Amino acid sequence: MNEIKGTKTISQTAEVWRRLKRNRAAMMGGMIVFLFVFVAILAPWISPYPPNEGDLSKRLKPPSKEHLLGTDALGRDQLSRVIFGARISLQIQVVAVFIALIIGTLLGMVGGYYGGTFDNLIMRLMDILLAFPGIFLAISIIAVLGPGLNNLMLAAGIYSIPQFARIVRGSVLSLKEKEFIEAARAVGENDLNILFRYLLPNSMAPIIIQTTLRMATVLLTASGLSFLGLGVQPPTPEWGAMLSTARAYMITAPHVATVPGLAIMLVVMGFNLFGDGLRDSLDPRLRD
Amino acid sequence: MGSLLNINNLKTQFFSSGRTIRALDGVSFHIEEGEVFGLVGETGCGKSVTALSILRLIPFPPGKIIDGEILFRGRNLLHLKEDEMRSIRGKEISMIFQEPMTSLNPVFRIGDQMMELIMLHQKLDRSRASEKGLEMLERVHIPDADRVMKQYPHQLSGGMRQRVMIAMELSCHPFLLIADEPTTALDVTIQAQILRLIKEMRKKLQTSILLITHDLGVIAEMCDRVAVMYAGSIVEEAGVEEIFEEPKHPYTQGLWGAIPRVDQEKETLAVIPGAVPDLSQPPAGCKFHPRCPHRFAPCDHKIPPISQTSPGHLVSCYLYGKGERYE
Repeated sequence: MNEIKGTKTISQTAEVWRRLKRNRAAMMGGMIVFLFVFVAILAPWISPYPPNEGDLSKRLKPPSKEHLLGTDALGRDQLSRVIFGARISLQIQVVAVFIALIIGTLLGMVGGYYGGTFDNLIMRLMDILLAFPGIFLAISIIAVLGPGLNNLMLAAGIYSIPQFARIVRGSVLSLKEKEFIEAARAVGENDLNILFRYLLPNSMAPIIIQTTLRMATVLLTASGLSFLGLGVQPPTPEWGAMLSTARAYMITAPHVATVPGLAIMLVVMGFNLFGDGLRDSLDPRLRD
Repeated sequence: MGSLLNINNLKTQFFSSGRTIRALDGVSFHIEEGEVFGLVGETGCGKSVTALSILRLIPFPPGKIIDGEILFRGRNLLHLKEDEMRSIRGKEISMIFQEPMTSLNPVFRIGDQMMELIMLHQKLDRSRASEKGLEMLERVHIPDADRVMKQYPHQLSGGMRQRVMIAMELSCHPFLLIADEPTTALDVTIQAQILRLIKEMRKKLQTSILLITHDLGVIAEMCDRVAVMYAGSIVEEAGVEEIFEEPKHPYTQGLWGAIPRVDQEKETLAVIPGAVPDLSQPPAGCKFHPRCPHRFAPCDHKIPPISQTSPGHLVSCYLYGKGERYE
């Protein structure tokens, strides 16, 4: 008998990648994200000047050959500061989102799977967190813990827990009615295995999307807090803090504020576009 | 003696918004070693609840087994601890579900899933478990089993997935296989193949089977003995030939009468008048009496006892009350 080969079997990852490649906005977002991560990691090797050493004789200089993006109020090279700022931003994003991802996912999984009073308790707690308007929650946390990089990451992390908890819980709620979960119980799997081998892997798509989109929100929150003086303190080249210092020279040297502002905007946009694209290519409902 | 599973007076109820739904209202039957026992009845009569009760997989809340006993190889499953129960599930009692399309974990390869299940219940290392998985796939006649081991569930057809399920469920040589409408979701030619496969596997592995279906053709083809369920109770139980030749209970007669026949031309199909009762307020007495053409005095207030009309043929109906009382 001749074996008839059907369509070549493509792995899911390859399929998602194929769809993602066709989405130009997502690819652009992905490129920005890639560039941002690349710059952040290589900061000490690619920045032309040390970020915190300035020449006071060259204050607020517009872009030139020596200083491609000009200098700030203390004569420090703007390009170098933005490059080092990427490092700090990435660090904040990764740590904060990681905190939210772990705690939120665990809470959502356990709540959704077991249901009942425990679930109710968790979700009402999440509702309380969500009830705080945006950055206000992060400000309250900082107010309690005090300003600084570590507390900023913690605040931004806590602030993002409810989103993860809700999304994972929703996904678990719909998954646990599926027959393969019942089948898993019928072959004697224990709860721990069902949670981590069945429910978690099947919830990965929304978790990945949320992680990407959350990167954007966390960056915005963190630089917002630093701008307000509650986050990373000068002279650390954090973008929000840079923006805050540059505010005073908006009229005389607008480029000083524009550079970190643009950096924030670009990276936030990059993560959002990439996250949206990921959602479109991971969402099974859009599949043919 | 010789019976593998003995269910006595099993009562499973569901509690929802103040109502009590008596999904199983005193179900009793037994399954002998090596036999295929059919459980037949309409949708919602409690067939699947029976299966899930045996495995103690009734979701709580809202469901609960409130009374009865399930004796499996001499042990009452209702008294076992949860972890003892887990070691029975999949190893001593396995279950095949109705919907093969969604019964496999979509994110792992078939091979990994088979290996995981085998290693869960047997002390084998990965490579031995993998060999065993491959061997099981070959035993259920999956062509190109090597390749299927590396595939994901969505790459297989419904019939193939059901074969994989059967291979998985039989990989630990269970004493009892519960097949809950194993062919309902498949098309007719595949149905025949799957039924043939289940029969063949039963012969090879000596597994007893509890076959749940609403398809009387499947019952006739597969089973040794049959129980007919109606509204949470078993109304009649007999050997397969006897029950097809001489259905006793008016409900069974009605069901049998509703089978369309190829050799008779009829405009309309025969039906049983009325509808299945609401199990939160079942009718008093015999649950079938509002729809029964033969009902008389005692039917609407007293539950009919089980009488034996001939050896092994049990009916719960007053029409046969003169017969020998069973137990």
